[in-house]
Parts: sequence; C-alpha cells; structure tokens
Amino acid sequence: MEYTADPAGAAAYLDAATAAPLHPVAREALLAALADGWADPARLYSAGRRAQQLSDAARAAFAEALAVRPDEISLWPSGTAAAQAAVLGALAGRARQGDTLVHSAIEHSAVLHAARRGKAVEVGVDRLGRLDLDAWDRAVARPGTALASLISASHEVGTVQPVAAAADYCAEAGVPLFVDAAQSVGRVPVPPGWSLLGASAHKWGGPPGVGVLVVRKGVRWISPYPQDDLYRPGAPGALDLPAVVAAAASLRAVLAEAQTEAVRLSALVDRIRERVAATVPDVEVVGDPAQRLPHLVTFSCLYVDGEALLHALDRQGFAVSSGSSCTASTLRPSHVLEAMGVLSHGNVRVSLHRDTTEADVDRFLTVLPGIVEEIRKEAGM
Amino acid sequence: MTLDCLGQKCPLPVINLAKKIRNVPIGEIIRVLADDPAAANDIPAWCRMKQQEYVGSPEPNAYEVRRLS
Repeated sequence: MEYTADPAGAAAYLDAATAAPLHPVAREALLAALADGWADPARLYSAGRRAQQLSDAARAAFAEALAVRPDEISLWPSGTAAAQAAVLGALAGRARQGDTLVHSAIEHSAVLHAARRGKAVEVGVDRLGRLDLDAWDRAVARPGTALASLISASHEVGTVQPVAAAADYCAEAGVPLFVDAAQSVGRVPVPPGWSLLGASAHKWGGPPGVGVLVVRKGVRWISPYPQDDLYRPGAPGALDLPAVVAAAASLRAVLAEAQTEAVRLSALVDRIRERVAATVPDVEVVGDPAQRLPHLVTFSCLYVDGEALLHALDRQGFAVSSGSSCTASTLRPSHVLEAMGVLSHGNVRVSLHRDTTEADVDRFLTVLPGIVEEIRKEAGM
Repeated sequence: MTLDCLGQKCPLPVINLAKKIRNVPIGEIIRVLADDPAAANDIPAWCRMKQQEYVGSPEPNAYEVRRLS
C-alpha cells in the first residue's frame, strides 16, 4: 500500500499512554543529577551524603505531590515492578486473613500476571468500561479476600473508574485496596480511600525506569523480594537516582500545569471522538464519553487490520498504539476490549501530551478516513 | 449455511461473514467456523454494529448469526 497523495506533515507522537515524551524539567533535572547524584546514597562521604540529600528531596517531592508521608513511598525500577510489588506484598501481608485477590477485568497486565500467582476473582465492566460495583461489593465482602486491585482509569480506553465507591466497599469489608494510578497521576486527581497506590514516571513525562509505590501507614506489606541491608522496604539494590530525581521534579512541574492541560487535551479528545464517528463509516468509538481521562481516546474500525492501520498511520508520521490481536505480542485481542465486548480489530488508541498541538490532531483527522477506506478497499469491503 | 474461516486471522472472518451474509435469506442462520481468538469477541460485536442477531457459540470455534436485515 502506498499513500502518496498527501505529503506527510511533521511527525506527531500520539502514544503518551505508553510513554510520554520527556518533560523539559525532567531533562534538566536528569542532567543535573547525573553530575551530582551518581554516588551511593548509603555511603558516609560527602558525595554519598549529597546523593542521599537528592534522594530525600525526591521522596519529599513525591510525598507532597501525592499528599502522603515520605516514609510511605518506595521507588521501583518501573511502574510494572511497583504494581507487582504492591499486589504480591499486600497479599503476603494479609496471608492470615485470606488468599484471594479481587481485581477488575481491565487491570494492567502487570496486575493480571501477579494475580496468576495465586487465587483471584475477576470483576467485570460494562460496555463503556465501567466497573460493576455490585459485583465488586459482593466479591470483596466474601470471606478469604486478602486484597482488591482497581485501575484508576483504563489505560486502553480511558474510562475513569469509581475508585471512591469501590474503596468504600473495601473499607466496609476490611480489605485493603490497591489503585494502579499510572494513567491518572500527573493528569487528574485520584480519589482517597485506597491503601496502596502505584504510578509510573514514564506516563507523566518523567524518564523511563521509575515506578512509585505508596503503602499507607498501618497497611501490612511484606516484600516479595529478598531484602537488602537497608532498613527501608523497597526494591532491592541501587536505585537509578538521577532518574528518580528527574521523575520527582517533572511530577511537580506536570502537576502545576495539569488542570490547564486537562482542559486543552480534553477538548482535543472531544474533537477526535466527534470527527472520527462522523467521518469514518462503521467505526466504534469506545470508552465512557464523559467519565474519561482527558488525554486518551480509543476507537475500532470494522473490517480493518489493526497492524495495517498502525503502519499506514506511521507512514503519515503518526505514532499510535492498538489493542488489536495482530498488533499484540500475545496474538490475543486486548483483554480490556474483550471485557467490554467491543470490537477488537482495527483498534487505535490515541493519547495526547503537552507537546500535542491542535494542528497535529487536525492533520490526523484529515488523513484517517482515507487510510481506513484504502485498507478496506484492499480487503474487498 | 456454514462459512469456514478456520486458520484465518482477524479481521478476515468478520470480513467474510459480512460478504457471505448477503446470500443468506433474512431470518436464516449462518454458522461461522473461526479459530482466531478475536472471533469470539468480534463476531458478536459485528452483529451489534450491523444490527444482526448473534445466536451464540454452540461449540468451540463455531459462531451462529441470524440475518435480520
């Protein structure tokens, strides 16, 4: 297939939900910390003490940004590692009360893989991707439930989950709740009521390789990993301190502009939702149109091969992702789209960030209908 | 009528279903055989989007659709 009619414009990266481009504050902080924070913070000489100061300052910044205590924060080599440590560590801490994890059907695969280590009960969602709260209530109240896990908002379709209500049911049942807030932190507030919370710097414009885990005081958590000689629970081994410093600095910067950005990006997402539905025949725009993340939108095009669509968009300079089976390493359709019962082939997830312009979105909306039409024509539709 | 899409990757089973259902009299059922894991999700989704009736999956890798329009 060739698309030569329109010369490709400037490249537009529209996959912030996978990895947001590095925020300028993160870049600055990273360079400074590479020069100043390379030593081992546990050592007593001046370079070590300097690294320890940077580490403490980063922890304090995370604590302030997330409105928790510094000693409730631990840092992990990725959001995935933080989520898995949350699930496995909280299950271990509750072994005397139960052995079952209750989780939504639309958790990140990091949580689902951890769930497969033991007993798990899955709670479904509706066509818009919203948690079934009645089923959640019944599941967490069942004897033997050790932990509940709920994603703050779907990373694939953007639907914001009823975290506050789900947390109330957990509190009634005396079950701790882990909230995977990777897509929310830095963009939208996460309601209180959770016991553990995970986030990933990569998703808000920090560097890759920094996961944040909050374990509230009074929540029993036992590390699933062998520990080291340090007194503080966390990932064993040395942290990537420059990356941690950059992550903390960028989170503060991102939060300062979050409200303005949410309004701007949400309007662009509304435009995508409306124009795609209006200009592409046989398309299903999925996820909750109102209770959604500000920066993320997903749609599925009937009769279209997801991989062909991604490649065609890439040739036009657009980087997007897809939940279609042909684009997944597992060759299975996205478990989120399956749980919602929406079309999984021809699927595109567009996720915006602070560098995304109105012109990027308009050019995407201009080229998309022709690309879809061309792929369908090749398939004889 | 049976439509054999075994071995075909999605979206091919759905594309072939959309083509073949034109030959099915309204009210009749077409059975689609498909072993791509996405078929179990996408055939019912297609029925919903195109106002056809998804009857069910009587056995693994088989899906029945009634033509309504």
